[in-house]
Amino acid sequence: MTFTAPVLNYTLLSPILILLGGALIGVLVEAFVSKALRSIVQLSLTVGTLVLSLAQVWRIHNETSMSAAMGSVIIDGPAILLQASILIISIISIFLFADTDHFTALAAALPGSEEERHSLETGNQVTEVYPLTLFAISGMMLFPIASDLITLFVALEMLSLPLYLMAGLSRRRRLASQEAALKYFLLGAFSSAFFLFGMAYLYGYSASITYAGIRESVVGGSGNDVLLLIGIAFLSIGLLFKVGAVPFHAWSPDVYQGAPTPITGFMAAATKVAAFGAMLRIYYTVFANAQWSWTPLLSVIAIITMLFGSLVAIAQRDVKRMLAYSSIAHAGFLLAGVIALNKAGLEASIFYLFAYGVATVGAFAVVTLVRDSSGEVTDLNRWKGLGKRSPWVAATFAGFLLAFAGIPLTSGFIGKFSIFSAAYESGAKGVVFAGVLSSAIAAFFYIRVIVLMFFTDATQDGTSVQLPSALTRATLVISIAITIALGVYPAPLLNVISNLSTFIR
Amino acid sequence: MMTSTSLVYLIALPLAGSAILLLAGRRSDKWGHLLATALSASSFFVGLYQLSLMVGRTNSDRPVTQKLFEWISVGTFKIDASLMLDQLSICFVLLITGVGTLIHIYSISYMSHDPDRRRFFAFLNLFIAAMLLLVLGDSYLNLYVGWEGVGLASYLLIGFWNQKPAYATASKKAFVMNRIGDMGLSFAIMIAFATMGTVSFSGVKEAAGHTSTAALTGIGIMLLVAATGKSAQFPLQAWLGDAMAGPTPVSALIHAATMVTAGVYLITRSNFIFDAAPTAQLLVVIVGAITLMFGALIGTAKDDIKKALAASTMSQIGYMILGAGLGPVGYAFAIMHLLTHGFFKAGMFLGAGSVMHGMNDEVNMRKYGALRKFMPITFATFGLGYLAILGVPPFAGFYSKDMIIETAFNSGGAKGIILGCVTLLGAGITAFYMTRVMILTFTGKSRWDEEAHPHESPWLMWLPMAILAIGSVTSGYLLSHGDTLVNWLSPLFVNHGERAELLSPVVVSGLALAMVAIGVAIAFVKYSRNEVAAVAPTDVSIFTTIARQDLLQDRFNEAVFMQPGQALTAVLVKTDEAVIDGAVRGVGRIALGSGSALRGIQTGFVRSYAALILIGAVALIAAIWVVTQ
Repeated sequence: MTFTAPVLNYTLLSPILILLGGALIGVLVEAFVSKALRSIVQLSLTVGTLVLSLAQVWRIHNETSMSAAMGSVIIDGPAILLQASILIISIISIFLFADTDHFTALAAALPGSEEERHSLETGNQVTEVYPLTLFAISGMMLFPIASDLITLFVALEMLSLPLYLMAGLSRRRRLASQEAALKYFLLGAFSSAFFLFGMAYLYGYSASITYAGIRESVVGGSGNDVLLLIGIAFLSIGLLFKVGAVPFHAWSPDVYQGAPTPITGFMAAATKVAAFGAMLRIYYTVFANAQWSWTPLLSVIAIITMLFGSLVAIAQRDVKRMLAYSSIAHAGFLLAGVIALNKAGLEASIFYLFAYGVATVGAFAVVTLVRDSSGEVTDLNRWKGLGKRSPWVAATFAGFLLAFAGIPLTSGFIGKFSIFSAAYESGAKGVVFAGVLSSAIAAFFYIRVIVLMFFTDATQDGTSVQLPSALTRATLVISIAITIALGVYPAPLLNVISNLSTFIR
Repeated sequence: MMTSTSLVYLIALPLAGSAILLLAGRRSDKWGHLLATALSASSFFVGLYQLSLMVGRTNSDRPVTQKLFEWISVGTFKIDASLMLDQLSICFVLLITGVGTLIHIYSISYMSHDPDRRRFFAFLNLFIAAMLLLVLGDSYLNLYVGWEGVGLASYLLIGFWNQKPAYATASKKAFVMNRIGDMGLSFAIMIAFATMGTVSFSGVKEAAGHTSTAALTGIGIMLLVAATGKSAQFPLQAWLGDAMAGPTPVSALIHAATMVTAGVYLITRSNFIFDAAPTAQLLVVIVGAITLMFGALIGTAKDDIKKALAASTMSQIGYMILGAGLGPVGYAFAIMHLLTHGFFKAGMFLGAGSVMHGMNDEVNMRKYGALRKFMPITFATFGLGYLAILGVPPFAGFYSKDMIIETAFNSGGAKGIILGCVTLLGAGITAFYMTRVMILTFTGKSRWDEEAHPHESPWLMWLPMAILAIGSVTSGYLLSHGDTLVNWLSPLFVNHGERAELLSPVVVSGLALAMVAIGVAIAFVKYSRNEVAAVAPTDVSIFTTIARQDLLQDRFNEAVFMQPGQALTAVLVKTDEAVIDGAVRGVGRIALGSGSALRGIQTGFVRSYAALILIGAVALIAAIWVVTQ
């Protein structure tokens, strides 16, 4: 047996390689840089790495290639757009990490133990979160460009494993945070098993693990359909788990609530882009010709997801859980874009992912600011009257909520409008109907929060808004600016997306 | 159509001013008002430049457009943000920026003691920009953006002194009543889009020829609703009187000269719709006729000088709406009256502001009197405006108002006679209440409060008043001499040819002057001969009482809109609580309940979550099995 050395196109892979390099340097920084400097060094290193990677994505934005890594990845327009979205979202969310008050001093210590108290007293910080984030981002960057199932699976684990750890780093409510991490890990492993199982079936169906190979069999239609269908179903479960679609969503409220808020924001926004990116590629290219088999299933899941997310969100009293359920509902809206299976659907989904991701990071950034003496206050009852005490922060949050609700002049409106019109065009009228209905339900609880903040008198229990640090302020300003700019004048971005949105096969 | 690259500066200059003043904050307190005035003036000069270009071109080449950017482009749904300047919009541009600049200058002095003067100027500039966008948009949607923009600016300026709860309430009232009108506009846009597939003026004009009359009537009625809201016409007129809570320059600019005339602009701009929808056009005339009487009657009973002028504004806009409803022959006269009214009413409002300035912000005319000697310039400028609104030759109103009366008479049949009589009667009542204002304010004995020390206003204030007074004197003659304005605007309207004349212009003028003379005479007898009580008498006839209460417009609103609305709301809230909330909570509870049964949400066991995933997987496979069988 001869072994051929792989031929890699380093330029096209450079965005991911830069991230991995940055992450490795980050690990070294952990080992060799003094405690006092570590935080600032890590932050600059991470932001620098992300910006460099983004610059590299910009450099290759007109390239398309099937053979950048021996046929394991595809570089094309959607790949570039998704990678750029992930990087931009990561940059604005990484600013929130700088506030060390979010993270535990020693992740390995038992909650409430002597060891933990000691590390708190000595002012330890978990700066490992930066290299972990970079590892996760590199997995997210690989996920939507993978073009064989093995690479897809590796990317899935690459993005998931650091996230499991990061979910457990919260400084306050350690037990809840660790529980969230463990749950996320166990359920993630469980869904990965389905994912692998699905891969095996697809291999059985087509005798190939590459997208091109499976696609060929689907187009040829010669294989055993049962294998294909079970393969699609199980692979979908793995992906639907990551995006938090009903009934594979159960982890998300607990994890969103337990994880440190900056991590939640990052996870909610960037993971969705990556997972939906992979999903769009798979359904739009590999399974496109087996549309008859999966469209009805995904439609039902989309409808259940939208309605479930919107309805249950109403009953929430905790802002992070509410945002978690809202994110479930948004996963349903995004599924409408997958179901559309036309170019408009692809464009709309990419726009939606970016717009939603940015608004999500911004919304969680606001959550980090509302605190009392013992940390963040996520109980919605104690957000009453926030608009009177901190009009700017509350108004910004209101802006993000309006975007989530899809009110015109925010990015959310353009996103919802384009995704629903694409789905309608493709004939998925039931999904659109459920989508509009659940948007209306969802608008109710978003606006209820606005009413709570602006038109309800405050209760006297000392919830206050921490003055945003310069970095948090940057996150807020950038995300609200993008949210409004995309609502008022979306044409340039829509044009860019439209020019680039073609999958190569 | 020709394109231009400089239209955007008309809007961009004041918009930039507003942004700079708001963003720079207190730092710009020293120079903010000067910058705002300069930018408004530059916008005026851009307008003059455009006019000079336009005059130099032939009729068909006069309209110019500028595409700013592609606004929304999703699938087949494409909207450009484009501006269009034609013979009609240039009139508005010059009125808005010209009168606007004068009022900026006036406000420098009028607001000089206000700590928030900078904010005031920022809002004024914002208003100018929004109003320009309203008249420059090339589609109903772009117009709508400006329409909402002026609504916002108006709201901010009426409530400028929002530390007084009554003023804040007034601004809220204006805002809410305008929402009803705005809803009309959005419905009109939706109907147009649904039936014609376009919302641009040129597209709708073209499509109007082959669209059903029913749809056009629907659009027309909705546009009329929009116009009644913004222009304070019956039945949405009630907010204008309360809007006088804003600083007086605001009343002059927004609630007399420009924003409230947006309804007239909308109807004139949509002439192709109304010409093809006679029912809607008839409604326009009826609304105009009712409002002109309504406003005039309210005007007779008001002791607050600004509210009397506001009622008069309502009435005069009624004339314009009526004119616009008379079809192709009326549009140009409506616009002419709009322009002349812009001069004389703005001038009179500034005069009222000047009086208030000298009288410790007193607005009750019963506490004025004999101010002629103390404020000679204000008296002179106000007096010229007074002569203009009465329609005394050769002042501006004589030309514009008589044209509307004459067109009304000549519109044919019983309709013509009724309308003619209404407009004629309105002219008489106008003469009565305006004479009353003059007498109570400037002549007779002084009935001042003790601390009042009336004095003439500084030159920064009287100069704009003087310029507007010149306009009140000359604008009518200039616009109508040789049919300048009519010919200028004629390419925009379909010409239906001449109509038979019922009454000749001379007869109409004679009748109108006779009515005016009667009105003036009654006012003289009633107020100049007799002593005026410093406190409004209470033993008055039922009619006066009703007129003092704005012809019960608020009661009417309460009875017809508010109380049923509240009842409806109460029912809805109950339904909402019982049915929708119940359903929602129920579903939420079921969801939570079934969730807890499956996954034990309280204990949060991972095994339950995993079980849910497993159940989902099984269901998925089962579904596939069902689908493929």
